[in-house]
Amino acid sequence: MIPALEISDLNKAFGGVSATSGVEMRVMPGARHLIIGPNGAGKTTLFNLISGDLYGDSGSIRLFGREVSRLPPHRRAHLGLARTYQIITLFGEESLEHNLVLSQLGLSPLRWRPFAPLDRFGELRQEARAVLARVNLDHLAERRLGELSYGERRRAEMAMALAQRPRLLLLDEPFAGLSREERTVLKDLIAGVPREVTIILIEHDMDIALELAERITVLHYGKVIVDGTRAEVVADPRTREVYLGD
Amino acid sequence: MSAADMVRSRVAQIALLVVLLGAYPWLIGEFYVNLASQIFIAAVFAASLNLLVGYGGLTSLGHASFLGLAAYLSGWLTLKMGFTHGAAAPLALAGATLMAGLFGLIALRATGLGFLMITLALSQVLWGTAYRWVSVTDGDNGLARLTRPAPFGINLDHATAFYYFAALVTVLAVWMMARFVASPFGASLRGTRDQPRRMSSMGHDVWLLRWITFVYSGFWGAVSGLLFVYYNKYVHPTSFALTSSAEGLLAVIAGGSGTVLGPLAGAAIVVLLKNYVSGYVERWNMLLGIVFVLIVVFMPRGLVPGLRRWRERRSGGRA
Repeated sequence: MIPALEISDLNKAFGGVSATSGVEMRVMPGARHLIIGPNGAGKTTLFNLISGDLYGDSGSIRLFGREVSRLPPHRRAHLGLARTYQIITLFGEESLEHNLVLSQLGLSPLRWRPFAPLDRFGELRQEARAVLARVNLDHLAERRLGELSYGERRRAEMAMALAQRPRLLLLDEPFAGLSREERTVLKDLIAGVPREVTIILIEHDMDIALELAERITVLHYGKVIVDGTRAEVVADPRTREVYLGD
Repeated sequence: MSAADMVRSRVAQIALLVVLLGAYPWLIGEFYVNLASQIFIAAVFAASLNLLVGYGGLTSLGHASFLGLAAYLSGWLTLKMGFTHGAAAPLALAGATLMAGLFGLIALRATGLGFLMITLALSQVLWGTAYRWVSVTDGDNGLARLTRPAPFGINLDHATAFYYFAALVTVLAVWMMARFVASPFGASLRGTRDQPRRMSSMGHDVWLLRWITFVYSGFWGAVSGLLFVYYNKYVHPTSFALTSSAEGLLAVIAGGSGTVLGPLAGAAIVVLLKNYVSGYVERWNMLLGIVFVLIVVFMPRGLVPGLRRWRERRSGGRA
């Protein structure tokens, strides 16, 4: 089986400081893979390298068997990659529904239509509503995104990624800053994503993250310290040393 | 409001616009008819620049390149190469649009201040060329003794005839640009203005969206250049100058960037101040500056959005 994601000997340095060093990683289709590590371990850098927001200095990244390490982000999106961001970068002046429409347009040939009115494409709006219903935000579709609460925006962020019908979904700390109730809602939502979608997750909240993850990679100073099943990684003394221990 | 009501109110608005534009020259003297023609030209220019500035978030200080190039090409082809207007006009538009394609390749390597400086530099190259390439441009003398076209045998030398011609072109241009920004493409373009990185991660080719917009904007800038050279029957290197680009930018920002009507209002303000007030106040540039400062202070998003907000507030915020 071709891995959804295969990274080998990936390196990235910022002005001499190594943020990603010799990273090897392999994620099989349908996996629920968790990346953990202390602050500054290079987790988000790794996500940025996978999504193409950053280019690595050397090494290879394969998405579903295809080498993508030199492809710009939008080309990777067309191969089935979607991501959420840690710092929310949504379109605050637009309606929630319009945010979703923009996400769908990214992969739709309709985005090159320069003269037909956007309103004419009712199917975009219907699809947006359907995705919003999945995250229980359809009642707020007309609302300006800037007026939504933090928790609602987090779910909107999730909906934006789901609207792309991705094959590989990268979630960067989706639970950060959420209340206990909101966490449960979001956790159920992620757990309900069909198995055709591979999910890689960065998370600090170990209780929730461990419930979702089947395999775990521990990063420390840009290096992979431990990689294995949940049980293996939790039992590994090196994990305790760098992360769980103190 | 039902769909039928909306169509009816739309039809009423269009009818009103046609009647107003049609009746205007009959109500008023030739000076004001010419003034309106100048406003049309500036409006098309500002509206085309607004595609970049207001919808693409790309502030250009070199948009006069396309106005000037189309004007020079038209003048040179008809005056020195013996072309008819019918042949020269499409060639001038094509030439200026091609140049926009090339300038876009260079300028869109940057955004923000870098983009602004590159567009300025490129337009300065054309400005310098217009001064120095005397055999083609007649240098500082400019291309003089140009003619206006006579489409379908209608002589545009008469102020009213030209006014109708300019009005027609302007309505067409604004309509085509309004459609452009209301389309899925336009929505994507606005997305790249607000969150380019996010748009890219969602599959949008941000660079290509911008480049296409740059070329389209250049095309309509060239259309305003044709109107400009037909109106003046003369073109001088100053049409490439920084002040020419800056006036367009001023109109966009003062009127309200990122709105369809804003640049039209802004263009009217700039042209009125320039032509009308300059007769009474010698330092009209200073007055233009003061008006600009007042608009930015009291209506930071421009005149059209500012007035809209003011009206909403007066009607109790319910509108």
